[in-house]
Amino acid sequence: MAYQAPTFFRRGPSPLARLAFFSLLSLLLLFSDARFSYLDNLRQVAAVLLYPLQRLAGAPGAVIEDVGEFFSSHARLESENTRLKQQNLDNAAALLRLQTLVAENAHLRQLLELHPRFEAPGIAAEIMYEARDPFTRRVVIDKGSQHGIKPGQPVMDEIGVIGQVTRVFAWAAEVRLLTDKDHVTPVQVVRNGLRAVVFGIGEEGTLDMRYMPNNADIQEGDVLVTSGIDGVYPSGLPIATVTRIEHDPAYAFARIHCTPRTGVSNYAHVMVLGERKLPENPALEVEVAPVKHKKPRKGSP
Amino acid sequence: MMPASSNAIMMTVKGGFIAFSLFAALILNMLPWSGFWLMLRPDFLALAVVYWCVYHPGRLGFGAMWALGLVMDVSDATLFGQHALAYIVLLYLVIHLHRRILMFGIKHQVAHLFGMLLVMQLIMLLVRKVAGADFPGVDYFMPSVTGALLWPLICRILQWPERRRPEPV
Repeated sequence: MAYQAPTFFRRGPSPLARLAFFSLLSLLLLFSDARFSYLDNLRQVAAVLLYPLQRLAGAPGAVIEDVGEFFSSHARLESENTRLKQQNLDNAAALLRLQTLVAENAHLRQLLELHPRFEAPGIAAEIMYEARDPFTRRVVIDKGSQHGIKPGQPVMDEIGVIGQVTRVFAWAAEVRLLTDKDHVTPVQVVRNGLRAVVFGIGEEGTLDMRYMPNNADIQEGDVLVTSGIDGVYPSGLPIATVTRIEHDPAYAFARIHCTPRTGVSNYAHVMVLGERKLPENPALEVEVAPVKHKKPRKGSP
Repeated sequence: MMPASSNAIMMTVKGGFIAFSLFAALILNMLPWSGFWLMLRPDFLALAVVYWCVYHPGRLGFGAMWALGLVMDVSDATLFGQHALAYIVLLYLVIHLHRRILMFGIKHQVAHLFGMLLVMQLIMLLVRKVAGADFPGVDYFMPSVTGALLWPLICRILQWPERRRPEPV
C-alpha cells in the first residue's frame, strides 16, 4: 500500500488551474454578451446596485460646479440674462410664425390625406458622464426606466440630434451618439431633399456619408437633417453639415465627410424625445386589396 | 519616499482596510473623467489589487478579482467579461511574479508594473478587436504609463496604516 505524505498546507487548485477556470468563465460571458443578449437582466441589477456609487463619484464635481456658480460674477449673469431675454424675443417671433405654419401644414396634410407628422413630448435629462471606454462614443444620462425612458428613443439638445437611447437602467440610461462606430442615421439634404445615410466612424466631430454616387447633387456646406424614414428619429431635425467631398474616379462612390452639429463636450442637458409610433405596415393593405377586387368579378357573370 | 522593501517589518493589515481601499479605487475609477484626463486615467482598481497581491499575497483570490472585473464592466458599459478576463490574467501575473517584484528597487518595480498593466490592456484590446472595434491609437496605452508612474505613490498611501509606530522609549 503506497503511503502518501500529507501536505503541509492546504492550497486548493493551483493558480494556473484557477486562471484557466476564470478565463473560460469570462470568455463564456463575453461570447454570450456579444452574440446574444442573455445578460441584460444581470446588467440591470448590477447597474441599480452601482447607481449610488456613481452618484457619489459625481458628487465632488457637482459641488465644485455649484461653488463656481455661486461665485460667478454678477455682471456675467446680467449680460447672460439680457442675451437670453433677447433670444427669447427672437424665439417668440419664430414660435408665433411656427404656430401658424403648423396649423397651415396640418390643414394642407388633411387636404392631401397624408399622415400627420410625428410630434412627441420630451423628457429633459442631464448627462452624468461619458462612457469610460475609448472604443465607444456613448454617454450616460440621469433618467431611466423609472422616468419612462425606453430603448430606441431619440435624444437631442437645442442644436440637433445627438443619438439614441440604447440601454435603459432604473435611474440611468445609456445614449449611443451619432458618432459611435457604425451608427447609421438616415438623412436628407435640406437644399434638394436628396436622401442618404450617414455613418459614425467612432471619432468625435466626424461623420461619413457613404454609398452616394460620384455625380450625386451634394455640395460642401449642405445641411443634413433626419429624413425620418428609419422609424427612430423624427424627420427634420438637424444632424450635420457637409464639410469635404472627395471624388475619386477609381471608386463608384464619393467620399463625403460631414461635421455633426453637436458634440458631447458642448452640452450638459439633453432632451429625450418620446417613442415614435409608426403607421401600420402598408404590406397588409396590399394583401387585402386583390381579394376585394376579386369579389365583384365572381358575382358579375 | 521608498516603499517598504520585503524585509521591513509590517503590521498585519485588516480586511476592512483592504475592502475600503478597493472601494475608494472603484470610486476613483468612476469619477466623471473626460477628454484628455480620461485618456490618462490609470485603472486605480487594478493598481490597488496589484499592491495587495504583491505585499499581502493570499488576501485577494481569483473569485473576488473576477467579481471586481464584472463591476467595472457594468460601470464602463463594456462587454461583460472584458475587464474580468483582463483582471484575472493580471492577478495570475502578479501571483507568479510577486516575490521577484519585491526583490527589486522602486524603479524596477515601476518597470514591472508597466509590463503587467500593458498585458492587461492588450487583453482588453484583443477582446474589443474580436468584437469588431478598430484600434483606437497608441494613446490607448497611456493609462499603463500613468499607472506605473503612480505605483510609488500608491504604495506609500496603502502602507501608511500598517507602518509600525515607533516604540516609546
